Amino acid sequence: MAAFFAMGGYARFVWPAYAVAALVLLGLLFWSLASYRRIKIELAAREAKSPRRRKQAARNP
Amino acid sequence: MPRLANPSQFMKLSAALMPWCAAAAALFLGAGLYLALFVAPPDYQQGESVRIMYVHVPAAWLASLAYALMAGASAVGLIWRHPLAHVAAESAAPLGAGFTLICLVSGSLWGEPMWGTWWVWDARLTSVLVLFFLYLGFIALEHAFDDRSRGTRAAAILAVVGVINLPIIKFSVDWWNTLHQKESVFRLDGPTIAPSLLWPLLVMAVGFLFFFATLLLLRMRAALLEARLRALTFGNP
Repeated sequence: MAAFFAMGGYARFVWPAYAVAALVLLGLLFWSLASYRRIKIELAAREAKSPRRRKQAARNP
Repeated sequence: MPRLANPSQFMKLSAALMPWCAAAAALFLGAGLYLALFVAPPDYQQGESVRIMYVHVPAAWLASLAYALMAGASAVGLIWRHPLAHVAAESAAPLGAGFTLICLVSGSLWGEPMWGTWWVWDARLTSVLVLFFLYLGFIALEHAFDDRSRGTRAAAILAVVGVINLPIIKFSVDWWNTLHQKESVFRLDGPTIAPSLLWPLLVMAVGFLFFFATLLLLRMRAALLEARLRALTFGNP
């Protein structure tokens, strides 16, 4: 196991490369998910205020 | 394609597609990580440092692919005013920038032990840095005008003009002297990379591709909902 983490002496290059990739990809994922949810909530609140719109939205979601 | 022109059709289709893309991304990225870290052998010259390749190369491919998609969608938006085109381009931009960042950082971390330097100003590295700035420029231009449609147009024009950078990236290693190695996968005479290294790389690349597809759909859905919200807020008081 220690040998695995040592990466043949290249640990300080290999692991940061994987860490940066994971950080950027997960960052993009959570950021995109959060903004999607925020917009959905705002839209639901806005549509609830306008009954005409709500009926329309119910017909074609 | 004409059916997709309708944003509400797109919402239905993307809702059906997204879970499959997400599952495929998780599956291929999981398998790819396992193959890259545990199964693939160390390189006979580079030792274990070759494992950086499994994030560096898929990120590099996706960086160019996302740009091609962004520029293509921008062109479609400018020429035919397809309602989804600019949405697709604007959704792809931050993803492409992310892939380019991964490519640059992992490349630097690979360069130091193998070339003895974090960075060289050669054609390949410089053109990929330019790609990163093109993405940032696109995102900045998009938000640079009070009138949204002007920002969209300006960013789309930048994306289309910047497409000239893609062949420069691809052929930079053939046209100029560089420390960067030449193409070893997409070659007319077949891959020159050993199959034991190639398979984990391809699995990882497919994982990156599905990850991109999932987030592209998600971001496009968010952008369309936001447009509906704006129309409700400002269009019909």
